[in-house]
Amino acid sequence: MSDAAIASRIPLDDYRALLGQGEIDELRVLAKPLRGRSIGMINSTAVGGGVAEILNRLLPLAEELELNMRWEVMTGGDDFYGVTKGFHNALHGAPYHADPKDFEIFLACNEWNRARLALDAEFMIIHDPQPAALIDGRKKNGNHWAWRCHIDLSHPHRGVWDFLDKFVSRYDAAMFSSPEFSRSLPIPQYLFYPAIDPLSEKNRELEGGLVARMLAQYQIDPLRPILTQISRFDRLKDPVGVIRAYRIVKRYFDCQLVLAGGSASDDPEGAVVLKEVQQEANGEADIHIIELPAWAPLEVNALQRASTIVIQKSLREGFGLTVSEALWKKKPVVASAVGGIPVQIIHKHTGLLAHSVEGAAYQIRFLLSHPEIAARLGENGHEHVKENFLITEKLKRYMTLFLAMARTN
Amino acid sequence: MNLSETPFEFFTVSYLTRIGNQSAGTITEFLKGLQECSDASIFHHTFQTLGIHHFLTEGFSNDFAQWAHADANREDLAEQLAALDVRDYLSIAALRSDLCRVVGEYCAEHPALSEQAALDRFYFCESVEVTLPFGLTAGTLEEFRDGILHLSHASFCFHFLSSRLRLQLQTNDFSHWLANGLGLGKLADHVNHIDIYTNTLDSARAKVLRLIDRERKKA
Repeated sequence: MSDAAIASRIPLDDYRALLGQGEIDELRVLAKPLRGRSIGMINSTAVGGGVAEILNRLLPLAEELELNMRWEVMTGGDDFYGVTKGFHNALHGAPYHADPKDFEIFLACNEWNRARLALDAEFMIIHDPQPAALIDGRKKNGNHWAWRCHIDLSHPHRGVWDFLDKFVSRYDAAMFSSPEFSRSLPIPQYLFYPAIDPLSEKNRELEGGLVARMLAQYQIDPLRPILTQISRFDRLKDPVGVIRAYRIVKRYFDCQLVLAGGSASDDPEGAVVLKEVQQEANGEADIHIIELPAWAPLEVNALQRASTIVIQKSLREGFGLTVSEALWKKKPVVASAVGGIPVQIIHKHTGLLAHSVEGAAYQIRFLLSHPEIAARLGENGHEHVKENFLITEKLKRYMTLFLAMARTN
Repeated sequence: MNLSETPFEFFTVSYLTRIGNQSAGTITEFLKGLQECSDASIFHHTFQTLGIHHFLTEGFSNDFAQWAHADANREDLAEQLAALDVRDYLSIAALRSDLCRVVGEYCAEHPALSEQAALDRFYFCESVEVTLPFGLTAGTLEEFRDGILHLSHASFCFHFLSSRLRLQLQTNDFSHWLANGLGLGKLADHVNHIDIYTNTLDSARAKVLRLIDRERKKA
């Protein structure tokens, strides 16, 4: 049992049509020596956020393979989450005033959770900085602990990282989404990618009628090229830069721009950015700014499928799973060469990378001029996701990690 | 139907990518990295990456060439690195030696360009391999065909491509067994000549199966 809400069981064989029998059999072979051995996953939120979304799909698959995987969520008060939000921004390189009291709040919450959570699984995976200090509760039973970091640590705030480093260094391994995020640590560091579930609402095939209805609902013309960026209204996603790139493209192509993201109603900063975006758009009819509910998988799926080109012009990015979502749908993608995006976009093979507004505009124009190249990039991108960024591959990577860690003893 | 005294055992393989502690921002640093990185790193960025990116059948050869092309913007160097065919090498040492020769010659000819910063750094990683018996063995050509049909991409690549290093021969697990286990030297040769650079793993597998079927019809 897990204390987090898990998606209903997904028969592993449902993936066979997408992956082939060999890949399914291979998962079963890798799972066999791990059957009955306990695996603990701990993160800091049961709903919302990419980690919870992935674990929600991973657990039922693990169950299918008869793995004894448990997912528990640490809890904390507003003061703790205030501190970890500050840590999160600081680890992304934002300015931060390190107050000793913040570290005390962090440690006290981890200590309280150490007493509450079962930390005795043979393989313990701790996700992100919030529960990193749970390592203090490691039992002397020879179990294996690995820290999975989902955020961009390429330019962390020194004080916050030095504080976390003392805990992370005591794990048996750490996993990052890009080599660029790795740190100087005395433990092995592995490349681990987030993943999408091809059978989830956000990624499964949709009937054509639904896509058409969605376009009609948002008054988007299905007959003209649609450029889309799906992301929350956040300056690091550079929505204003996307509008500027679109305006350059618009001089040559009669296209439309869709900027769609989670609701800004509960995020004061998001509301400010949304206003900036609306000001930049200046009421232009072909720029569609769509505020989606926080969880709107079908809308995202339909908008991605309706797009001619998908854009992800982030300035910083942990991984940017929206890129994989678009590639899975065989869409040509133009994206910034930041964070985990170059792992997904192999330049000129699975998409096009850009380093500026003008660069993004040029790549979009190139793809609109060469639909046959755009289609090839989309096809290659789909295969790339199939090989590397599906939930089944993620489970395989975890099983490989467990087997590799077990053989070190 | 021939029966081999030594059955072919199919394995499954899975890799973790371990992030190394070396990276390069210029061609000169890249050369140093190539000279000093582990054998597992050379394997990862050549043999392993060819398997992972098998669906790219034009213009992609290895991670080193892709970085020279996309990040360092040195097309001439990228072309030479891409032209190195991993099937020609019986050891990582020999492959490393040629990689270093190509990049070293480039640095000598273009000292200024070799110091220019690339758009993004190259990070040397390495493969950590876990292998397990797939639970299938073959004593006859028919059983062998059945096993190949059921392999995952990674397993097929393990037997068809990276086995060359293990065997230290210019052949692969499949051809080695066909020749030595079943005495089918000609079939082994044909299988060995399937071009992994211009085929996906699926199309390479389909060709192996077609060759086996042709052999079975002869019998």
